[in-house]
Amino acid sequence: MSEPTVRIQKIKKDTVKTRLIVFGTLAAILLVCSVFCEYLTPYDPYLQDLSNAKTPPSAEHLFGTDRYGRDMLSRVIAGSRTSIYSTLLLVAIVTAFGTCVGVFCGWHGGWIDTVLMRISDMFLAFPGLVFALAVAGVLGGGLQNAIIALAAISWPKYARIARSQTLSQKETSWLKAAKLSGSGTWKMIFKHILPNIIGPILVTSMLDIGTMMMELAGLSFLGLGAKPPTAEWGSMMSDTRSLLATHPWVTLSPGFAIFISVMIFNLLGDTIRDYADPKNRMSC
Amino acid sequence: MRKYVIQRFLQLIPVLLGITFLSFAMMRIAGSDAITELYGNKGAVSQEIIDAKRAELGLDQPFLTQYISWLGGMLRGDMGTSYVSGKDVFGTFTSKLPATLLLTALSILMTVVISVPLGVLAAVNHDKLIDYILRFLSFIGNSLPNFFVALLLMQLLAIKLKWLPVIANGTTLKSAIMPTLTLAIAMSAKYMRQVRATVLEELNKDYVTGAQARGVRNRVILRRSVLKSSMLTIITLLALSIGSLLGGTAIIESIFMWDGVGKLAVDSITMRDYPLIQAYVVWMAIIYVLVNLFTDLLYHALDPRIRLGVSKE
Repeated sequence: MSEPTVRIQKIKKDTVKTRLIVFGTLAAILLVCSVFCEYLTPYDPYLQDLSNAKTPPSAEHLFGTDRYGRDMLSRVIAGSRTSIYSTLLLVAIVTAFGTCVGVFCGWHGGWIDTVLMRISDMFLAFPGLVFALAVAGVLGGGLQNAIIALAAISWPKYARIARSQTLSQKETSWLKAAKLSGSGTWKMIFKHILPNIIGPILVTSMLDIGTMMMELAGLSFLGLGAKPPTAEWGSMMSDTRSLLATHPWVTLSPGFAIFISVMIFNLLGDTIRDYADPKNRMSC
Repeated sequence: MRKYVIQRFLQLIPVLLGITFLSFAMMRIAGSDAITELYGNKGAVSQEIIDAKRAELGLDQPFLTQYISWLGGMLRGDMGTSYVSGKDVFGTFTSKLPATLLLTALSILMTVVISVPLGVLAAVNHDKLIDYILRFLSFIGNSLPNFFVALLLMQLLAIKLKWLPVIANGTTLKSAIMPTLTLAIAMSAKYMRQVRATVLEELNKDYVTGAQARGVRNRVILRRSVLKSSMLTIITLLALSIGSLLGGTAIIESIFMWDGVGKLAVDSITMRDYPLIQAYVVWMAIIYVLVNLFTDLLYHALDPRIRLGVSKE
């Protein structure tokens, strides 16, 4: 009786592995594109050629050209660096900061824990982008400020995960053993707590990449992120919005780039979650 | 139950104080910029004029004094005047609020109409072709930034097919179609998954197998038991997603020129009109906190387990 169950599990695991390889490769291709974007662009993304402006997609210019005659394909490729880098930077900042606060709160406890957790409650009480809009508004535009704005609303989630994980790790027998054998605070945190809690945190941050990319592009679209002429997908779309009726390829091609990248990162995030969690592996 | 309600309302007070304090502190840090902004383009301005303006705006008072007087004013509906237009901030905000609430309500309605039937359909046909198609669509919807959906809809419905005006002219139902659709597409994609997961979880419970064994038809089980008990979670999840909707309207409103508070906020941010941004942040947060509170209370009132459990005590 037990044999068929075993076989099913094996098949499921293999599909997760295949998915992991496929989507991991796709994400790696995106990253390589953004690293080597200078060498991949067929034209200079900032070179204006007014005699060649607003040409429809052709063999020479796959995505056409914008109102200054800049090649859209080159601009979309060049934009991948700004968009993907800033998203990954944002996710890294939020993960690191949230984890530090969470581990500190869980480990230390007491009034500092209460204060920091109440502060994170305050941030969670604001509806999503509303607070980010305000922060970006106060700090003024610019990619750096958009990253700060989104980081400000995203860290509490990570702090909470890290805190609850730390609390449960504190109760484990191996941590008590480590404490009894005289390990120092830092050794216990870095050797016993962090390696055990980092899994769920990293899964959460992988799942968040797509959303963060959309939010960052959204802020840029509103003019609160990267500023033209910098090639960034969100700001490229808002910059060329007036051309939507007559030259839709100019406005829509960066949108498709965002869509495809977000999709790849979402697929990768889902797969990593399934890979990390055997329960999900079975139900999906 | 009453004890719980009172307790929840008391818990609300520190949260509201925190929200107002955070919004105030943030804007006050930027507040000095407003003076520079006001006189920055007018060449050399004497220090006396700047000081006078500072005193007029109350920027020379200590920080906490400023906060308390601002909070008192806020409770009376006085949030100062706009730096740009000189109009009353609270009045401007409340005049734009109905348009946003209308848009939010329409989007929620459309989300329910789209995602509840589809989510149930996907759950019932678990791991069949239709489930895969619906999950795929929800995945696509989840990966589409809402401003991109807005532009795609604009291109398709307004420019190609010419069914609708490109830009909203007034808050009419016809011009509400595209913004509503945009917001509902993004929300439905997320929500459909949640509905599917909730119904699926309920379908896997033992009583369903029991009912099937007794020969109750699947349709009857679904309608009489499964949907009834999943509704609670479905309503709660919907109410919780209102928060992301309130934030999301800003970008959509400014794309479609929908004259609500979201567009007002984006315009104010562009013009650095801090009192208006402040009003937007504070009131949106308060609305959101209240919506969450009422959802929680509704959940408790609707769930017989909790309701009866509490009244027994």
